[in-house]
Amino acid sequence: MSQTRKQLLTDPLVDNNPITLQVLGICSALAVTSSLNVAFVMSLAVIAVCGFSSLFISFLRHYIPNSIRIIVQMVIIASLVILVDQIIKAYAYEISKTLSVFVGLIITNCIVMGRAEAFAMKNKPFESFVDGVGNGLGYSLLLMSVGVIRELFGSGSLFGIMIFEPVSNGGWYVPNGLLLLPPSAFFIIGFIIWGVRTWKKSQVEAREYKIQTLEEH
Amino acid sequence: MSLRNYFHSMEPHFEKGGKYEKYYPIFEMVETIFFTSNTVTKVAPHARSFVDMKRVMTYVVISTIPCVLWALYNTGLQTNSALATVGIESQSGWRISLLQFIGLGISPESLVSNVFHGLLYFLPIYLTTLIAGGICEVTFATIRGHEVNEGFLVSSMLFALTLPASTPLWQVALGIAFGVVVGKEVFGGTGKNFLNPALTGRAFLYFAYPAYMSGDSIWTPVDGYSGATSLGIAAAEGYESLSNYGITWADAFFGTIQGSLGETSTLACAIGLVFLLLTKIANYRMVVGCLLGMIIFSSFLNWVGSDTNPMFSMPWYWHLVIGSYAFGLVFMVTEPVSGSHTNLGRYIYGALIGFMVVMIRVLNPAFPEGMMLAILFGNIFAPLIDHFVVMANIKRRTKFNVQTQ
Repeated sequence: MSQTRKQLLTDPLVDNNPITLQVLGICSALAVTSSLNVAFVMSLAVIAVCGFSSLFISFLRHYIPNSIRIIVQMVIIASLVILVDQIIKAYAYEISKTLSVFVGLIITNCIVMGRAEAFAMKNKPFESFVDGVGNGLGYSLLLMSVGVIRELFGSGSLFGIMIFEPVSNGGWYVPNGLLLLPPSAFFIIGFIIWGVRTWKKSQVEAREYKIQTLEEH
Repeated sequence: MSLRNYFHSMEPHFEKGGKYEKYYPIFEMVETIFFTSNTVTKVAPHARSFVDMKRVMTYVVISTIPCVLWALYNTGLQTNSALATVGIESQSGWRISLLQFIGLGISPESLVSNVFHGLLYFLPIYLTTLIAGGICEVTFATIRGHEVNEGFLVSSMLFALTLPASTPLWQVALGIAFGVVVGKEVFGGTGKNFLNPALTGRAFLYFAYPAYMSGDSIWTPVDGYSGATSLGIAAAEGYESLSNYGITWADAFFGTIQGSLGETSTLACAIGLVFLLLTKIANYRMVVGCLLGMIIFSSFLNWVGSDTNPMFSMPWYWHLVIGSYAFGLVFMVTEPVSGSHTNLGRYIYGALIGFMVVMIRVLNPAFPEGMMLAILFGNIFAPLIDHFVVMANIKRRTKFNVQTQ
């Protein structure tokens, strides 16, 4: 093992975050982060699916024929997603309505597939499980950060509890309507990536091109 | 000691190896306000000619002067007229107190009172823009080590002119900060922005605080006074009914109507356009394209007609004078950096914007005004248009070569 189990769990949080470094799973991060309740449930769902799918795929890794491995992985992931979807519908119906298709779309979330392909197919079950959970946590960390910014400044509340009293209720805060629209998550994720890469220089990608100056001609 | 010598004695501290090496951009900014820079532009996107960036930007700022003057007069006029209607007793505020204190009074007939009242609205907005945007600009210049650019003077002026007079100052600051950072600096600063920074900031405010940026009650900063923009009226009741509100085509052309600070007068914009075209800062192809796109598509919609949507029947000469079409056409469409760079591309780029603005105004019920969104849309497509124009040219030349061989 090149990485300890602890590293498997903590690396994806910042150093190898699936969203900020690999830029995967953006679609759902845009769609479900306008309120923290929803983002939180989505995070739990992704952690569960990612962890258990890695676990089961790792169990089966020696029996999966290489030529149809993607299909087998999809079947496992899809079963887990349906399970999670049913649980959310049973215990958190209101939130499941807001999440709508996005729970189902966890199937297509690149993070889950990516971990199955890149890690679970080659490693032991427990390590795979830890790795899956770690990546789920990395996704959740970003989802929650974006959610905090969007809900706090977009509607003045956190988890539905009023923090900044909006003007419409006689308070002082003017909610920023842009933050409730999905495109704002693009800016916020962009800003977070910018911040992380300023902090961790090693994550900065090499330039693809350079603007030439006169002297070089 | 003369100013020149003073700068010379300061310079070593800011150059490489000096004490304040980090702050060279700030030094450079202050120095070039007083003296011509002794360095020439080396980086690709700028044309190398005697007309340097500073001169280009200064020309654009000069061309906005008619709009600024009109903004002062019209904002004052609208406010004073509204005050005369609602009654001055119900209103309070430092502006009215100040005007009465210095004896100018609140009278829509008095030119001085109008201009001064307008100034009291325009100046805080403009100064906030300069300070907030300037802080962002200087911070980035210092960290990134590039020059503080005169382009910011243009962006800040245009941004201020596109705002309604009643915009709260904190929103002004937030908008220009967003425009400068996201619209320009993250892409590498002036010359590398693919969106118009002023419009990016304006669009941010439009979507973030729609209640302050659209509707009937925000255009004139008087409590309890509601005055719809001409576009708002036209969208609701058809352009023919504008005359019921006392708005003639000439009013809209000269600009004594409701609207954002500097956008109401087509005449003032036209003067700016003539100046920009004569100095060759603005490329006439974009203007021609944009006019043609608007005229053709709105005429087409006139011909199609509609029983339910009164905007269909609005002729092109009304499209031209109401809303921010003229302002956007003169100062935003012609912006060289975010527009197309090939000559054919410029026609297409202009026509796309002209088409989109009518499309949004007429066919989209959610937004009465379309110029801002149309221009941003055009900005995004500009590189693609250029790409196709260049590829078409390459294809044509290749064919030509085959024939001659």
